Amino acid sequence: MSGQPLLLVRDAHRDYPRSAEPVHAVRGVSLDVAQGEYVAIVGPSGCGKSTLLNLLGAIDRPTRGGVTIGGTAVSTLPDKAATRFRLTNIGFVFQRFYLLPVLTAQENVELPMAEAKVKLTERRDRARELLGYVGLQARADHRPAELSGGEQQRVAIARALANRPIVLLADEPTGELDARTGSDVIALFDRLNRDGMTIVVVTHDENLAGAARRVIHMLDGRVIRDEPLLRRA
Amino acid sequence: MRFQLAALSLRRHASRTLLAVLGVAVSAAMLLDMVMLATGMRQSFASLLGRNGFTLRVSPRGTWPFDTEATIAQARDATIAMQRIAGVTAVAPVLGATIHVLGGRGPVTAFALGVDPTVQGDYELLEGRDPPADALVASDALLRATGARIGDTLDVAAGFESQLRTYTGRRRVVVSGRARFTYLSADDRAAALQLATVQAMGGADRADRVSLFMVRTAPNVNPDVAGGAIERALPRVSALSTGGVIAEAEHRLSYFRQLAFILGAVSLIVGFLLVTTIVTVSVNERIGEIAIMRAIGVSRSHVVHQIVIEGIGLSLTGAAAGLILGVFTAKWLNSILRGFPGLPDAIDFFLFQPNSAFRALALLVASGIAAGIYPAWRAASLPISATLREEAVG
Repeated sequence: MSGQPLLLVRDAHRDYPRSAEPVHAVRGVSLDVAQGEYVAIVGPSGCGKSTLLNLLGAIDRPTRGGVTIGGTAVSTLPDKAATRFRLTNIGFVFQRFYLLPVLTAQENVELPMAEAKVKLTERRDRARELLGYVGLQARADHRPAELSGGEQQRVAIARALANRPIVLLADEPTGELDARTGSDVIALFDRLNRDGMTIVVVTHDENLAGAARRVIHMLDGRVIRDEPLLRRA
Repeated sequence: MRFQLAALSLRRHASRTLLAVLGVAVSAAMLLDMVMLATGMRQSFASLLGRNGFTLRVSPRGTWPFDTEATIAQARDATIAMQRIAGVTAVAPVLGATIHVLGGRGPVTAFALGVDPTVQGDYELLEGRDPPADALVASDALLRATGARIGDTLDVAAGFESQLRTYTGRRRVVVSGRARFTYLSADDRAAALQLATVQAMGGADRADRVSLFMVRTAPNVNPDVAGGAIERALPRVSALSTGGVIAEAEHRLSYFRQLAFILGAVSLIVGFLLVTTIVTVSVNERIGEIAIMRAIGVSRSHVVHQIVIEGIGLSLTGAAAGLILGVFTAKWLNSILRGFPGLPDAIDFFLFQPNSAFRALALLVASGIAAGIYPAWRAASLPISATLREEAVG
């Protein structure tokens, strides 16, 4: 680990009520993620990876246990405060990109900044800078339908970085991409991490997991193995 | 950015939005027309009665003006008695009768009014002059039917004796003018003559009698008070103020208002359901997007505002289009209804009153806001992680 823990999960459980008996998606997970780490969470479908990521991102609350991000106990925050916390501290990247189809790439990147009440000129500059970072400055005025899957995912990454989050959470970010565009995203994540961004990805993609510095294996809602990988040159 | 997102979301399905706006416009037009119908007749009737400043109608006790053949006897004395009452500024006697204009084209039957031309309020002279003794002013319809012109002399009878097959109360009268009759339709064949002429033509039955008096009161006098004084002075008459006549007319036409109210309420409900449906469909299509917006930190209030703005956008645009559509359809319907025989020219069924119209449209827009609130709140309250999971599976 390369610093003080940024994310702390302590004995987190997440149960979903069902008519017959509750589904225990996450069962007593505890883990720490330090500032600047690049962590991949892997495991078979339904093992609780995405649920754990949602707990880490304060978009869901543990049934039991706690989640602390950057010193804030997010699992106890009321909805409004949790929403604000996500806006300013967490960057999300999703498998299906989920860009707003009515907005251009630039406007999609501006959206979280507009919500955070960043001044128009400042957010325009920042959006251009981020689109340049992900290599899409020339596509700033295109709408998502005019972009390839890889380009859309890179816009989604730029959007996730808009408010300078302390951690980037990604749920199967290469899941809808072919191998070539997937490797572009992997390279981008790698560059982001090298630039200091803490990243947690949930993935089935061995290449993506292999790019991480640490891999957490899950099965049936539990962490079964937590292994640091050797840093590449 | 909320307004931009709302506008772009509406533009995303332009044809659906257009159809929704048209639906709201039709609903708004119907609502507006019903408001115009509900208030139009009353205002129009009040305006008609208020013309020429007459505030009281004095008719035989227990009757309405021209509701029966009843007349008031000793009209001259009654006129003098009313003129003496404090606050009464003018008394206009009116005697209604049927006349037959005899001549080359065969007899033409018309409605005649015996009046005092110096104070009358029954006609507006368009051409020529008020009728002196043994003269009449005629409506265009009567002039057309008889082929007469101003200056012509007509052979006029006040009655027909069927057993002897002869006309009674015959008199030769000169056409002194052309007039528009305030309380009659343009198609009515009508004439106004001096009261004394009509009384004389009617023989002993009509001598010194009138059908009603129209009375002007001073501006600072309550017409109902003056009317009470008239009824006390002349126990054989009823004095109806314009307000009383309007109230009675409203009572008689209350079904119009009820119909207008029901149809207006239906329009409002239809508009509300239409906006709710469109916004709900639109929200359901964007559940994933909304969940993502919430996940990246967009507040519930932002989501609610954006969706409510979409509802307002649909309602406002529809209401604006409905205003234009409503005014045009009201004019069209008014022209049809005014074509009914026997209606005074001055009566309008639909009357555009800006305050009422804008209140009705504001109500529609308010219903549009209400229509957007439920789907907006539902969307904003979705559990983010569960929605994302379902979207990912879907």
